[in-house]
Amino acid sequence: MSGSPAGREPLPTFAGTPPFPEAARTALADEQLRRNLRHATTTIRTKRGRAVAERPDWEALRLAGAAIKDDVIARWPELLTQLEANVTAAGGIVHWARDGAEANAIVAGIVRAAGATEVVKVKSMTTQEIELNEALAREGIEAWETDLAELIVQLGRDLPSHILVPAIHRNRDEIRDIFRAEMGAAGRPAPADLSNEPRELAEAARLHLREKFLRAKVAISGANFAIAETGTVMVVESEGNGRMCLTLPETLVTVMGIEKLLPTWRDLEVFLQLLPRSSTAERMNPYTSMWTGVTPGDGPQAFHLVLLDNGRTDVLLDEVGRQALRCIKCSACLNVCPVYERVGGRAYGSPYPGPIGAILTPQLRGIARHPVDEQTASLPYASSLCGACFEVCPVRIDIPEVLIQLRTQVVRQHGWRARTFGEEPVAMRALSTAFANPGRLDLAERVAGGAGRVVGRRGRIGRLPLPGLLGAWFRRRDLPAPARTSFRRWWRSRSSRGES
Amino acid sequence: MKIALFITCFNDLLYPDVGKAVVRLLNRLGHEVEFPEDQTCCGQIHFNTGYRDECVPLVRSFDQAFDGFDAIVSPSASCATMVRHHHETVARHSGDASLVASVAEVSPRVYELSEFLVDVLGVTDVGAVFPHSVAFHPTCHSLRLLAIGDRPRRLLEAVSGLELVELPGATECCGFGGTFAVKNADTSVAMGEDKIGALIGTGAEVLASADTSCLMHLGGLLSRQRSMVRVMHLAEILASTGPAR
Ligand code: SF4
Repeated sequence: MSGSPAGREPLPTFAGTPPFPEAARTALADEQLRRNLRHATTTIRTKRGRAVAERPDWEALRLAGAAIKDDVIARWPELLTQLEANVTAAGGIVHWARDGAEANAIVAGIVRAAGATEVVKVKSMTTQEIELNEALAREGIEAWETDLAELIVQLGRDLPSHILVPAIHRNRDEIRDIFRAEMGAAGRPAPADLSNEPRELAEAARLHLREKFLRAKVAISGANFAIAETGTVMVVESEGNGRMCLTLPETLVTVMGIEKLLPTWRDLEVFLQLLPRSSTAERMNPYTSMWTGVTPGDGPQAFHLVLLDNGRTDVLLDEVGRQALRCIKCSACLNVCPVYERVGGRAYGSPYPGPIGAILTPQLRGIARHPVDEQTASLPYASSLCGACFEVCPVRIDIPEVLIQLRTQVVRQHGWRARTFGEEPVAMRALSTAFANPGRLDLAERVAGGAGRVVGRRGRIGRLPLPGLLGAWFRRRDLPAPARTSFRRWWRSRSSRGES
Repeated sequence: MKIALFITCFNDLLYPDVGKAVVRLLNRLGHEVEFPEDQTCCGQIHFNTGYRDECVPLVRSFDQAFDGFDAIVSPSASCATMVRHHHETVARHSGDASLVASVAEVSPRVYELSEFLVDVLGVTDVGAVFPHSVAFHPTCHSLRLLAIGDRPRRLLEAVSGLELVELPGATECCGFGGTFAVKNADTSVAMGEDKIGALIGTGAEVLASADTSCLMHLGGLLSRQRSMVRVMHLAEILASTGPAR
């Protein structure tokens, strides 16, 4: 761990993450990580189950949530224009950003114009997606994360591994060590005798952050929802750090993905039931902040809303894949995902981990329009298609269906590229040819049965030093030897003996 | 009722005893079963891995092989899922209206074995005897896509001598996942090892399931670890009339 102050060295990014199988292998070797993840995901999974079971109309809420979001996307231009008009009428300033670079430049410009060299931040996935902190650092502006888990990640010069609990991979001892070593360089130091008690850790963070809240002239937030009908923007959170950021500084900048839109105030009825129960397993989150433009004499006197596309309109191109735009970033799908539970978030190579990352990242990176890099192409395969994610998703995103759809796109774009796929495409075509013809299949089965007798022992094939995908099976698993007589041969001999 | 056995390519080659068990079981219940010899593979491997074009001829040959049957019974929940849920997608992808029509005709007649026994034949006690302790792994496709619910459990509970033991975390994926098992072998094995850890903790003699594909993965791990726990398909237990050999 580096002992240097935050903001001096280049911050870590997801760039250079290897393809998923490789990144997963590294993560799987980390016993501590696996224990932390297992504990955290099983706890929250059970709690979510209880919170959801309290609502007899849960399925109706899910259907309504999906329908409202689908309607938003169908009427995107109209609703966005309505939002812009209403925010502007209430004294806010709306900016449109085609991609991350544009959004980052807009934000940096606003911060500079406000005469600030530092900002406080509300936890936001969107600003992570566009790597805003890194962009601001290049402009000499320090961005302080104020959500407790984000603070742990930032002080630890680490990368987040969960949407809601970015430091889920850290346990109490690790957090104490990070606070002791790093807080001093970033501001008020942690007490020298800090223990690993959650209460003490929270108190140290509270005192450290308070200084920053009171000093900052500019705050940056994301948004959970924005209401087109009224121009109201909204953040839901648990710690109150968001409320501090949203009310104390003079200038507030909100960077919002354009899919966060809702048509009417009334739609909140659905989403404020779906979101807290799905994400923190609470009936209602502790802090809900809403603001409409600027209110003279109360809260920030300048409000900027940056509406970000950054690949979202590309997601529309895929009729199946576009359901990913319904996502409200609750993270329920991560917490039930057996793959995520074992490898953690960083293996996914983007701030969006788990099942939602596997379907959203490739689409935001333009898989519908052009070939993607190998790491991106590995994401749709980072799933056993078990379907646990779809079962819990509050807006009914059929994640397995989208994964299969994206795999089809990957095969179309990369199918014959040996580096990505090895022998697979050849094998798939050969199998398709054999399977389309029962005679050929019968022959193949006889060959396999013969081969099974050569390499098999007592009906099983043990360690086989094969290369590639086949070898991957045998490293830690045996295989039953192909049967001497396939079922179809048995059936034929039985029929010819006249048995029935 | 004209009943066809859809053995699946996987069972045909690796687990022919499962097919024989289905035939024995249905015969014992008084039903004739036919085996259309033109059947090959439902296309699941291709479809789930992203090879949708290569899947089209397989859907076509499936419909030809099983044309004209009232019920098409399969000892594989995941292959039954492929036919019932995804053949339509493949047919639409092909742009061939006659294929769409034949899928609409054939696919709904496909049943996973426990669905066929409980829903169509209306039996839960199939007269089986199996004096062993059994843990049941409800596979993801049987649970979340086919939604066969507790049908296998009800069938197992009615088996004479059988002791059904609770498998902790039963509904969690075992990590097989088709080509996931080789493309992400390390993660797949990590998931499987957790599953067999839970299994061994139950002390069960046999691990049963409605899918031999998941059993191949879990059985492969058990075999490599020299475990004494046996894996068996639900059909083999339901066809049994005495202690396992
Ligand atoms: S995909 Fe669904 S479950 Fe996952 S984060 Fe988004 S809304 Fe939540």
